[in-house]
Amino acid sequence: MLSKGLKRKREEEEEQQEEEALAVDTWWLDSDHPAVAPAPPAVASSSLFDLSVLKLHHSLRQSEPDLRHLVLVVNTLRRIQASMVPTAVLPPVPSLPAAPGMADNLLASSDAALSASMASLLEDLSHIEGLSQAPQPLAEEGPQGRPIGGPPPSLGSLDLLDPATGCLLDDGLEGLFEDIDTSMYDSDLWAPASEGLKPGPEGGPGEDAPELKETELDYLMDVLVGTQALERPPGPGR
Amino acid sequence: MGEDADARKINHGFLRDHGYVTEADVISTVEFNHTGELLATGDKGGRVVVFQREPESKNAPHSQGEYDVYSTFQSHEPEFDYLKSLEIEEKINKIKWLPQQNAAHSLLSTNDKTIKLWKITERDKRPEGYNLKDEEGKLKDLSTVTSLQVPVLKPMDLMVEVSPRRVFANGHTYHINSISVNSDCETYMSADDLRINLWHLAITDRSFNIVDIKPANMEDLTEVITASEFHPHHCNLFVYSSSKGSLRLCDMRAAALCDKHSKLFEEPEDPSNRSFFSEIISSVSDVKFSHSGRYMLTRDYLTVKVWDLNMEARPIETYQVHDYLRSKLCSLYENDCIFDKFECAWNGSDSVIMTGAYNNFFRMFDRNTKRDVTLEASRESSKPRAVLKPRRVCVGGKRRRDDISVDSLDFTRKILHTAWHPAENIIAIAATNNLYIFQDKVNSEMH
Repeated sequence: MLSKGLKRKREEEEEQQEEEALAVDTWWLDSDHPAVAPAPPAVASSSLFDLSVLKLHHSLRQSEPDLRHLVLVVNTLRRIQASMVPTAVLPPVPSLPAAPGMADNLLASSDAALSASMASLLEDLSHIEGLSQAPQPLAEEGPQGRPIGGPPPSLGSLDLLDPATGCLLDDGLEGLFEDIDTSMYDSDLWAPASEGLKPGPEGGPGEDAPELKETELDYLMDVLVGTQALERPPGPGR
Repeated sequence: MGEDADARKINHGFLRDHGYVTEADVISTVEFNHTGELLATGDKGGRVVVFQREPESKNAPHSQGEYDVYSTFQSHEPEFDYLKSLEIEEKINKIKWLPQQNAAHSLLSTNDKTIKLWKITERDKRPEGYNLKDEEGKLKDLSTVTSLQVPVLKPMDLMVEVSPRRVFANGHTYHINSISVNSDCETYMSADDLRINLWHLAITDRSFNIVDIKPANMEDLTEVITASEFHPHHCNLFVYSSSKGSLRLCDMRAAALCDKHSKLFEEPEDPSNRSFFSEIISSVSDVKFSHSGRYMLTRDYLTVKVWDLNMEARPIETYQVHDYLRSKLCSLYENDCIFDKFECAWNGSDSVIMTGAYNNFFRMFDRNTKRDVTLEASRESSKPRAVLKPRRVCVGGKRRRDDISVDSLDFTRKILHTAWHPAENIIAIAATNNLYIFQDKVNSEMH
């Protein structure tokens, strides 16, 4: 099988490059194994690259990502990717489940593309951490189906009561807006609600195939930020 | 090797295991106050439990200065940030005591977003003999009052009252990882992943931002702040550590915004140990100034390092905490253990340093004799008043009877939080939801 051959070759490369001996990885040959582990520990043993991507994905799925964890994983992923780029480019295999397919695609893509995608992930993070000028889209993006309080469009309302002291956040308003990051709306990397790595009826490899023919960047965004996709496209700028 | 004989010198006289912390609450921070009389713990449920050391008494020679519960209070509650639609955890990240200035004790406790100043006071007397109300507080019938009396203070059972005196909110966009009280006793700082703020203890509606490492574009973010602390004597100096393993000493006199460090402490990477995980394991999880103020202690994943403030190029001492994990970094990355944040501590004389590890082990390093010991905090292996037995992790080769092999270490039992009494050989160890307090009754001449 093509995937078997791919796997063996990558293993040899990794053993040359890494000091740590990696356990033999056959998880994607196991038909029972889901394409995406809900959390890294569910993956018994995996190539370092895939593991890091899964961790990144998992980290971004948190309602409030641990910034330190995220930055360390991204930096590690960059290191791994930097060491893999000079090696032979492997042919992409679109028919494989999304995760290994994405890995192949990432191998084939340029360093700049991956860096840009990582950069976009961190942009996304700044959106999560900062505040948006438009509460509506922010409310819609509520993480993991958590019921959204639905902040009113007017920011002068009582919803801005400081829960601790019960006082209006008069001075706090200035500080709150300090962190507004509107680059998410300026960026043209966002694709409309994507299937990405979501398992389920709407996410199938076949449906992803047309997407693969778009720019690699869009595909990466779909895949890596799949579950963070907006319920509807952002208003301005897109 | 003589390790056992030397270890006895560091061994502790007896163990007192406090079962006061409930099963549900994982301890998230431990801190002695400046005299060591009080010990505060914070937990994941937002509670603070304060222990007080009983005075040594000749009548009860066995309860020589043991710690008992003094006060328990709910410091933080879970909150919901309406603007971001995010829940804010009530877990107490850090507690710092204020130097005592009157009969009351004060401490700062913080969760991810909000710092609170709590005042702990004692009440052991109550006034009796009011003229206008009776013992139950009901108003008296004035016709029955025939003479005036002066109310007197009568002793009562000790009541410990805790009240929140200040709430320092809305200062942080990211998660607070450290707080540190300045030696001027008027200000303190709080640090999150990207910024450090300076507060005045009496002013809650504003703070000064003194460090900001947030890049203009978040896509350029490669480093976060992991810990910070004020210098114990120089009120203008503070240090902060980063996820890349560097320390920055800053001087607040130099500029209002201390983005530019005065000193940068960084050890060049060892090329022979380079791996994909080099950066993660170099990330500093804790930094502590020595009591003398001359040194800094840092903890990264595999080592503790002592730095001399006068030498930026490399630490003056490096101690291996659990080097046998170096070959297991891939698995530890997989199960996220490689991201665990261990704390470190100095003893009162800065001669011994301590840090936690896995399997409920904790390690102590004597800087003078260069000897080290591994001890275990667990109910099974320690009985009250027993001498702690040194433990050993074997990595293959000759194995002694009670050795633990690396592969049978329990990575779910980790000691992240430890504290050392400021003057005596008393240590507090938090093992998940249990608090262990060890006292050394045998040897004090070691220091």
